Amino acid sequence: MSDIQFVEVAMSFPTRKGEVRALDEISLSVPDGQFACIVGPSGCGKSTLLSIAAGLVTPTHGDVLVDGRPASDPGPDRGMVFQSYSLYPWLSVRRNIEFGLEIKRTPKAERHRQSSELIHLMKLDGFADVFPKALSGGMKQRAAIARAIANDPQILLMDEPFGALDALTRQVMQEMLTDIWQRFRKTVLFVTHDIDEAIFLGDVIYIMTNRPGRIRTTLQVDLPRPRSFDMVSAPHFAELRNQVVGVIHEESLKAVESELARA
Amino acid sequence: MNERVKATRTMTASSAATRRRRRSFAGTYLTPKRTIPRRTVLILGIVGFVAIIAVWTLLALITNDSSVSLSLQLIPRPDVVVVAWIDMVEHLGFLSDVAWSTFRIVAGFALAALIAVPLGLLMGSFEIVRSFFQPPINAIRYMPASAFIPLLILVQGLGESEKLTVIWIGVFFQLVLMVMDIAHRVPAEMLNVAYTLGASRWTVFRKVFLPATFPEVVDALRITMGWAWTYLIVAELVAAQAGIGNFILIAERFFRADRIIAAIITIGVLGLITDSLFAAYHRWAFPYVEKLHP
Repeated sequence: MSDIQFVEVAMSFPTRKGEVRALDEISLSVPDGQFACIVGPSGCGKSTLLSIAAGLVTPTHGDVLVDGRPASDPGPDRGMVFQSYSLYPWLSVRRNIEFGLEIKRTPKAERHRQSSELIHLMKLDGFADVFPKALSGGMKQRAAIARAIANDPQILLMDEPFGALDALTRQVMQEMLTDIWQRFRKTVLFVTHDIDEAIFLGDVIYIMTNRPGRIRTTLQVDLPRPRSFDMVSAPHFAELRNQVVGVIHEESLKAVESELARA
Repeated sequence: MNERVKATRTMTASSAATRRRRRSFAGTYLTPKRTIPRRTVLILGIVGFVAIIAVWTLLALITNDSSVSLSLQLIPRPDVVVVAWIDMVEHLGFLSDVAWSTFRIVAGFALAALIAVPLGLLMGSFEIVRSFFQPPINAIRYMPASAFIPLLILVQGLGESEKLTVIWIGVFFQLVLMVMDIAHRVPAEMLNVAYTLGASRWTVFRKVFLPATFPEVVDALRITMGWAWTYLIVAELVAAQAGIGNFILIAERFFRADRIIAAIITIGVLGLITDSLFAAYHRWAFPYVEKLHP
């Protein structure tokens, strides 16, 4: 297991109207085994930040360090789960989950053992040999999470993984994810715009500002673990939610105003 | 409690059955994209086919010129065409023309696909390859393959290579751009997932990029195969010793419209056969593709 650190990470895109600063000097560090959530208004660059962490995007300035070593290329130490599932439609659910193990040339029997365990854990029993097209949205994302975990990454990067699911499925998935995290204790960096989701899942919440993206506030979530769904209705949960909503609302207003000013 | 639930259930079921709503004709058949009953689909298909034969027969009867024999009519009756086809196969060696044409199609098409598919994949994935090849290919694409025939005859003569080149030109420039688009559309996330699972560039290319393009590439081959027939017949009409196009040309000299129509229908059937072979291969090789092919 590992920690991940952003050191003055900045990102700008050249456009016809000149440089657009997407991220502005972001420094934060997620210690080993922590579940960190990043929330912010849409377009604040939170997904870009995650892609930089994965090594898929090169920042214009700054570094990402994993255990103190720069991580500029993608690697199996940082697994990623996308909103769009991105399962390989031509592989069975099992072969999808084993994809990383196959690359690592793990022996077949061992691959099979690990994927079977994850299929059971992610409640995909009976679906090992079907193609992803037969799965529901929630099952697809469970398979995608299983694929990332099977590869045993040090850090799990999740980019709005439940964003495309309906509200009821999302709740179930959040509970499953806390259970899984409790079990594997990976360092997680989780991007979302769903405030309840961030509070329910996270140890700490980073609230980002609108463009250029900065970390505006850091909030420790002191809810006890293991967490269960009934906590969402607890008074302390509401307090935390109010805090986050206040900050985000301010930021969203600013975003609208700056859009108006530009128009 | 339980019984009451049961009772309500049966009630809703039966009332749903009795109150099944009838839609108006317009509501059923004239709402865009609404599916219509399977039986109606089948009946309409048969009626459409029969209607064409009926119109054809009618035209044949109207234009009938009693001073010449049935097989010399400019619009021969369908049954005369059937007789002509049997005669062509039995006495005129038509099947060897069919074999020649099929050989040319397969060879010309294979030569085009063999280069167009890899090049299209490279163009779709590497901007450096695309920037180099796309402008000239885009330009040549609008030059009709048939316009090259006289030039090809000058350069290559009247042999087989000229026919294959016409098909090659007709297929290659279209196919390469279609494959390029297919490769270009592979979602970046699909590749990125593999990178974060520790895959190298080569592994991503081989195990993600290529399989992601296969089903659509087969679709593109299926479509361009249809076009290949057009170019082949044009090439054979202009100059050939054998082949369906050549057969049509000779039939024209003898005023045998019945043989021309029989030959054209043969091409149609051959096209249908190749198309359903592609469709069958697609279903067999890519059972995971969500969209079902007709």
